[in-house]
Amino acid sequence: MPKKTRKGKEAKREPKGAIRERKGKVLSALQEFGNRMYSQINSGEFPWAKMPSRSIKNIFYDQKLRQYVLGNKSVKRSSRNIRHIKPLTQLCWTGMFADELTRLSKTSTLRDVFYSAQAYEMTFTDQQESDNLITDLETVIGYSREDFNVFPEERSAIFGDLTVEYTLPGYEGRKLNLTSHPDGMMIGPALTSAEFVGCKADKVIAIEKGGLFTRFIEEKVHTKHKALLIHTAGQAPRATRGFLRRLNQELDLPVYLFTDGDPWGMHIAMVIISGSANAAHLRDLNTPDAKWFGVYATDIVDYKLPSDKLTELDIKRLYELKKDPRYEGKLWNREIETFMKIKKKAEQEAFSRYGLTYIVDEYLPAKLEMVEKD
Amino acid sequence: MVENSLDACEIHEILPDIYIRISPEAEPISDPGIYRLRIEDNGSGLPPEVIPSAFGQVLFGSKYKLRQTRGTFGLGGKMAVLYGQITTHGQTTIISSTGTSKMHEYVLMMDIQKNRPIVVKHKTHRNQTRWHGTIVEFRTEADYARAMPKILDYLKQTAIVVPYANLTFVDPRGRYYKFDRATTLMPKPPTETSPHPHGIDVEMLKRMIEATNSRTMKDFMKRHFQRVGDATAKRFLEFANIGPNKNPKKLTQDEIVKLLNATKNYESFLSPDASCLSPLGTELLKTGIKKELSPEFVAVHQRKPAAYSGFPFIVEAGVAYGGGIPQTDGILLYRFANRIPLLFDEASDISYKVTNDAMNWRHYKVIPGTPLAVFVHICSLKIPYKTVGKEFIADRPEVEHEVLNALREVARHLALFLSRKHHMERERKRLDVFSKYLPKIAVFSAKLAKKEKVPDVKKLLRSVAKFAEEDTEGEGSEEGA
Repeated sequence: MPKKTRKGKEAKREPKGAIRERKGKVLSALQEFGNRMYSQINSGEFPWAKMPSRSIKNIFYDQKLRQYVLGNKSVKRSSRNIRHIKPLTQLCWTGMFADELTRLSKTSTLRDVFYSAQAYEMTFTDQQESDNLITDLETVIGYSREDFNVFPEERSAIFGDLTVEYTLPGYEGRKLNLTSHPDGMMIGPALTSAEFVGCKADKVIAIEKGGLFTRFIEEKVHTKHKALLIHTAGQAPRATRGFLRRLNQELDLPVYLFTDGDPWGMHIAMVIISGSANAAHLRDLNTPDAKWFGVYATDIVDYKLPSDKLTELDIKRLYELKKDPRYEGKLWNREIETFMKIKKKAEQEAFSRYGLTYIVDEYLPAKLEMVEKD
Repeated sequence: MVENSLDACEIHEILPDIYIRISPEAEPISDPGIYRLRIEDNGSGLPPEVIPSAFGQVLFGSKYKLRQTRGTFGLGGKMAVLYGQITTHGQTTIISSTGTSKMHEYVLMMDIQKNRPIVVKHKTHRNQTRWHGTIVEFRTEADYARAMPKILDYLKQTAIVVPYANLTFVDPRGRYYKFDRATTLMPKPPTETSPHPHGIDVEMLKRMIEATNSRTMKDFMKRHFQRVGDATAKRFLEFANIGPNKNPKKLTQDEIVKLLNATKNYESFLSPDASCLSPLGTELLKTGIKKELSPEFVAVHQRKPAAYSGFPFIVEAGVAYGGGIPQTDGILLYRFANRIPLLFDEASDISYKVTNDAMNWRHYKVIPGTPLAVFVHICSLKIPYKTVGKEFIADRPEVEHEVLNALREVARHLALFLSRKHHMERERKRLDVFSKYLPKIAVFSAKLAKKEKVPDVKKLLRSVAKFAEEDTEGEGSEEGA
């Protein structure tokens, strides 16, 4: 497989034990956050915290990083302000909670956070409020919530010839090959915190839909194409986006994305490539070199796929995407224009019209070859 | 009758002690049924020779003078006695003394056709203690169960507007209600006065002409009307086209009517003299409201005397907020006229109209659901009642204007109080928030920073509390006007 050299260099910067090293960094960022407020109180100051503003006006697209970033504007939460003191206390508590989780290698869900706070008489008005504070903490310390062990509900899975070594307490040092279970392995806290120790695959294929993921395993795409298969289950969770990036950066594997042929599927691919505006305060969640290979609008024409008409909502979405800075580039422009022209969409499963194996035997090799040439 | 008793005390500046008892004539009580009503007061008492007429002859008024009193015609008390007699064919017993060595007991019936008292019995007792006052006892048919709420309302509201009286009431079931006086101050009794030219009618004018010793019209005008002097009399008679030297006794019927019309149309009389009025005064009104309702805040105000059609009147108003004032959908309204509570037909009253339509309470920081009571006391020589029932006051523009301005004045004080109160509440909440969260931040940050010792937030809290205190100074300065 041809590889771009720039990618190779970056990969070498992340040595073995990347996970353990990252955990150390998260912990010291948290301690520093506590330290700041601690000394503010000691010097007779109302404690405060400063973080970059996440308002839409402060979100910019960084062409170099190929992702959204936050601008220079920052917000200060001061306990001197009656409207800030509660969120600041909640932020401080969230920090303490994250610190505990990370040190003990325990995981928690967003829902958990909401309830745990109540033990400290730190009630959150609703889930939204506690979710926002988790995002605040991410912004303050610059690490994503998965780094301090707060996970959303997991839906995403992986299958393929990758061997990992767990760092989770009770499993430390234990190794597992990810072909062990034919349904795929869930990309959860254990896998996210595992080190990569061996890989025989030379590429990654991320698939939007569960049915097709299973078909790919059955049709042995992982051996035929030496691929790691990842099920994104719709919009990929952050843990999965981070995982894809690690595969790309640490193992130098090219990443290919396969979604439904509609504006929403296209955007699933885009978020993996360029990240989301919601995560503009975070780094290391996108895979800029990942490639979307289908289903294209042009595929609907070329392969004469069974299709549905675009709804009004679909068309509205297309116009939004057209204005989105992430969608600059020949491929994206061409596909958006084609969708608008043909006013049709097709699902990944539409290939079944030509038999169950057609997609694996004909379409996939052809498309992989095509995107590699681009 | 309670009103008569109060009048009898106030005119003579006696602190009233009034005892009322309603007892059933037969057990068990069934409503409507026959009750025995007894009222005792420590007022001036009645001279023995007028007692039969006072209680046995309709329209025999002891209140024929021009000054502010509760009753005016001598109807109310007798109507009760009369009703008792009609329904039970019972007699009325009156014991009274003016504080001399004798006490007179009369048992009376009324000859309804001839409007004349029939003295059934007259006894004289010795009065060693020089007691003065009047006791009246008679039987009447009544529905106590239905009347009870109104009777209690009446007494409670009377207690508000007469805070210097002791009122005691024993009801048919032997329940004992006591409204104690909260002050020994009494309002200044009204002085008697001659009528104002705008306020007379033909009958009155005729009576005055009959009684006068004046030989000339000019002298008649000066002597029998208030605030009419030489110049005014002269100019008025010119206006009326009646010779100033004409003997008033020689006026013809037509001339009398002409004279009366002239009094109505002549606009240069001085406005009526208000010294015949006896308002309660802001202190007493406030005392009464506090005593019966114990609110959190009271503001009261007395307007300057005003007049309508030759009758002077004074409006006194109050607002009470919180404390014992119940929270209702609207605003509680207490109406008084010459110190009588008005209990019926509230919605037709001028004060109701002003309170509920003319006043923009939101402007005074009163939001719906605020526990609020409004008090309006109108005192006048002649209260502008709309009906003979004397239950509500007509919408005279002059009266409406005074009531509205009085309410605005007290509402301004209320608004000040409420905004201060809201401010204090906000400050208290603010302080609560700081003392809840600052210590937590201290604990959490110490733990995050891996420090043993939790930093001290007392200093920070003290600085917050300091703002709060500064801002809440001047608390509870209730305002009267």
